[in-house]
Amino acid sequence: MERHVEPLAYPIPSDEALEPPAEWAELRGRCPVAPIRLPSGDQAALLTRYSDVKQVLADPRFTRDLGAAGGARVAANESGGVFSSPMSQAIPQDGEDHQRWRRMVGRWFTAKRIAALRPGIAAMAEQLIDAMVDDGRPADLRASLGFPLPVWVICDLLGVPESDRDRFSHWSDTLLNLTRYSDQEITEAQVEFFGYMSRQVAARRADPGDDLLSSLLTETGPDGKGLDETTLIATGLGLLVAGHETTANMIGKMVAMLLADRTRWERLLADRSLVRVAVEETLRYDANSGIGLPRYITEDVEVGGAVIPRGTTVMCSMAAANRDEEAFEHADEMVLERSPNPHLAFGTGAHSCLGQALARTELQTVLEVLLDRLPTLELAVAPEKLERVDGLVVGGLRAVPVRW
Amino acid sequence: MRVTVDEDRCCGAGQCVLLAPEVFDQRDEDGIVVLLDAEPAPSLHAIVREAAEVCPGAAIAVSEDG
Repeated sequence: MERHVEPLAYPIPSDEALEPPAEWAELRGRCPVAPIRLPSGDQAALLTRYSDVKQVLADPRFTRDLGAAGGARVAANESGGVFSSPMSQAIPQDGEDHQRWRRMVGRWFTAKRIAALRPGIAAMAEQLIDAMVDDGRPADLRASLGFPLPVWVICDLLGVPESDRDRFSHWSDTLLNLTRYSDQEITEAQVEFFGYMSRQVAARRADPGDDLLSSLLTETGPDGKGLDETTLIATGLGLLVAGHETTANMIGKMVAMLLADRTRWERLLADRSLVRVAVEETLRYDANSGIGLPRYITEDVEVGGAVIPRGTTVMCSMAAANRDEEAFEHADEMVLERSPNPHLAFGTGAHSCLGQALARTELQTVLEVLLDRLPTLELAVAPEKLERVDGLVVGGLRAVPVRW
Repeated sequence: MRVTVDEDRCCGAGQCVLLAPEVFDQRDEDGIVVLLDAEPAPSLHAIVREAAEVCPGAAIAVSEDG
């Protein structure tokens, strides 16, 4: 890491929507701790090797608490975006408080609880696909299926009425955006969402239902205490921004990746037992998953043979790590039956994605329903014509044109 | 095969339960791993090894000699 080198502008653009930028392989090989400049203008260090990304993400000393003095801001707007917002700070980031919060919320995301949601998710997918088919081909699978489905699921979990699904979708989009909306728009969305959630919490207090918000209000953690209102609303916000756009984009990317080489789709049609491993492989193979996870380094640490000094903000690129030949044989090939597949798409360690069982279940269910309902599905454009969305913490495709 | 789990490292991701529900479960109250079968049948060995490899908390250990 030479000091005079101009930091790489980050995120690194890629010529093709489904392909990784050529820089990843170079960086993994020659510059595993690379100086970058974030959209805010602040500097950070980019990690691209599997072992380095895994090491830093699993290290409990380092959190995404970029509000710490000296932490880089990700976005150009004043608040620094979703990673630095005061709401995100209301959820405990480390130690016992984090573990307590995680376990209280985690009970709603166990494999068994999520498995019980599967029939409901399949019914929502059926309903959305019916509407897409009624509208005729070609269709945009992102808009018709990928985007609505996860927000419907989260609204159900939170016990929010169906009529508010569109508002949730809007807030989620605004709050996660890095560059498309102004500071004022982001602040407005935060205020609206906060007000809406306060009213929902008050309603649950008066008349608790069988939903996650009611449960977090009335139930207590191991210490006999419940969550306070700010933490509760922050949790609702966190679940929305973490659970909507990520899965929504992944549905579109998953289908696009599987249809880009249609022999993949045909293998799934012939053998449904591949659905589970194929979903994992699309998560690993996704070269457009977003900027990665930031970590604020609070103590000097040795990573990849170099010392990263305390006070550095590190950006962990899970997508680059997931293409590391040192960790995955034929890393640049999509191998549907790859197993085990210890990819880092959900992060790793104490902060790995709380909703990963839900995300997996949504992806598997959507794929199964699509294979059943639209076996002739194909991309309506050449894969190299697919375009990425810009400016999001979470990567995705602008549209996924399909026909059947 | 002998399986052990470390509750403190478990982050409740549920991968092990999704893969091998005969061997792993999660506590209802907080999602932490529960080991149902410390010496699973040979037919489950491959999937248990996979669960250990993909566990995000590295909370599952498998020893092959026991």
